[in-house]
Amino acid sequence: MQKFEAIESRYAILPVDNVDTDQIIPARFLKTISKDGLGDQLFFDWRYEADGSPKPDFVLNTPEAKQCKVLVAGDNFGCGSSREHAPWALTQYGFRAVVSTSFADIFKNNSLKNGLLPIAVPADVHKELMAAAGAVKVNLASQTLTLESGKAVEFAIDAFSKACLLEGVDELGFVLKHEEAIQAYEAMNPPALDTRLVNA
Amino acid sequence: MSRPKTIIEKLWDAHVVAQPEGAPAFLWIDLHLVHEVTSPQAFAGLRARGIKVRRPDLTLGTCDHSTPTTPRDLPIIDPIAAAQVAQFETNCTEFGIPHFGFKNDKQGIVHVIGPENGATQPGMTVVCGDSHTATHGAFGALAFGIGTSEVEMVLATQCLLQRKSKTFNVRVEGLLGNGVTAKDIILALIARIGVGGGTGCVIEYTGSAIRALTMEQRMTVCNMSIEGGARAGLIAPDDKTYEFLAGRTLAPKGAAWDAAVAKWRTLPTDEGATYDKEIFIDASALEPMITFGTNPGQGVAVTQAIPDPGSVADAVERETLKKALAYMGLESGRPLLGRKVDVVFIGSCTNSRMSDLRAAAAILKGRKVNPSVRTMVVPGSMQIKREAEAEGLDQIFRDAGAEWREAGCSMCIAMNGDQLKPGEYSVSTSNRNFEGRQGKGGRTFLASPETAAASALAGAVADVRTLLG
Repeated sequence: MQKFEAIESRYAILPVDNVDTDQIIPARFLKTISKDGLGDQLFFDWRYEADGSPKPDFVLNTPEAKQCKVLVAGDNFGCGSSREHAPWALTQYGFRAVVSTSFADIFKNNSLKNGLLPIAVPADVHKELMAAAGAVKVNLASQTLTLESGKAVEFAIDAFSKACLLEGVDELGFVLKHEEAIQAYEAMNPPALDTRLVNA
Repeated sequence: MSRPKTIIEKLWDAHVVAQPEGAPAFLWIDLHLVHEVTSPQAFAGLRARGIKVRRPDLTLGTCDHSTPTTPRDLPIIDPIAAAQVAQFETNCTEFGIPHFGFKNDKQGIVHVIGPENGATQPGMTVVCGDSHTATHGAFGALAFGIGTSEVEMVLATQCLLQRKSKTFNVRVEGLLGNGVTAKDIILALIARIGVGGGTGCVIEYTGSAIRALTMEQRMTVCNMSIEGGARAGLIAPDDKTYEFLAGRTLAPKGAAWDAAVAKWRTLPTDEGATYDKEIFIDASALEPMITFGTNPGQGVAVTQAIPDPGSVADAVERETLKKALAYMGLESGRPLLGRKVDVVFIGSCTNSRMSDLRAAAAILKGRKVNPSVRTMVVPGSMQIKREAEAEGLDQIFRDAGAEWREAGCSMCIAMNGDQLKPGEYSVSTSNRNFEGRQGKGGRTFLASPETAAASALAGAVADVRTLLG
């Protein structure tokens, strides 16, 4: 995974609560067997008319949106399906961070594994960001989000995810290094089933 | 004596492989279910690293999401779906994973085939690249959905990096009224706590109303835990659990069975154990539920009026409700009852098991669905399909004017060609009413199989209780 660098960018505002992953990327695009090409499908049904032309009032179709590396959205962002295609689509579009008051668990986990930083902020800060477009600075090392007003807000992230993002650590590689512990557990805990018997 | 523990804590403690300094716990996974949509990139990752699947004997695959529900002797028409299903079978074969391919007579929805074959057992950790994995929690298993990177990790190591969740006791007491079902319990809970109400939590469903449910009904409740934002939802095992499992293909046999049951009996939450969060629901006060909006928390009793955005204080919340009603083409202040519908869908990992089909058939028997409604009945697995046909349920559905199809996720996720047309309304027994979930521009009302069947007859949203004497 690529190392997470500090961000200084304008942000796009999506003033909707409970944005689900079916909106982030509709299910019909999940028939792919690849991770690529999903940025164009991001928010597809909110972004495009039936004839394929862009909906002019949708935030990602404004000229400024292309420059935005940060998305600010309503409460409980990323609820619903476990599809990792959601953070793949967001990062391939160009986003590096999403700001909300809260995130759905699976979306948050998936994002952290793909270099997309979910930043949960208190309601008052969220309100200030939602009020008008502007720019923010994101510094993961110091865990601060700095608003255009100069207000700096500290955000929470667990130490492991932070280290993985900053250093570009491969989580699977990390777990594979603990082969002994895994073998010890396997030896102590005989399996409850053998799925290979299912076709018998 | 040690501190009393919840079943959730017991399951966690029994599966911690390692807890390295400064890292999440390594959690052992007893059963990994795999399907065609969220696994191809994980298998590609294994190939790129040159890694095998560590425990194919603890992994089980099936195709379901992009799998057509048309007769199995027909080819898969959509070339992209066909390629995905073919890739799935290639991946499972190459990595030695037992699986039910497109033409296998045990193929079905991943959350149906696990319990059906006895793979899902009490005390297990179960994962799948699918958010409805909590279904397996009905057996007293810690079961949750994961992303594709995590699918790759479990294939490679049989472990997952996990942080402990909070515990949430949802206690449901009392007797359900006539026409009120397990689906109504879970829809009522989500309407109360909202789609983010369970975030960061694992739910344990407790109380007399939960104990009274059959295993299939318990699966319906646990299935939708994610729609309340919960990581997982489970129900402590009891005699009903063991009776359901006994004799199934992958369940323990003989002395191993007795030993397993003895172990499973130690799983329920200890007397005096406490939870981080609790909520109480009076089952006797529940009515048949229906959703009106674009998330599963936007639900009301079928007789109740749709709420008014004007009464919502928070601006974004108000706009979100307005946006939902605009998408749904609905006005607040009136109930959905009598609202014309175009399609009725009975199926999905929430409601496609034998008892769901029997409940729908009991309503439809000897009656005709309204000719303006397309009614689809999609069994959860090919085994269920055969069992239903042996009972004559297929004939009841056909005689009523409904379609009887092959097994799959079908119109719950609309990846396989089964979908609403833009603007159409459905009453659906599935789990999500998100915008476009059942087809671009389609509009979904979530409800129980009973309510769905009654609505098919009426050609409009109906209160099933009017059909029950």
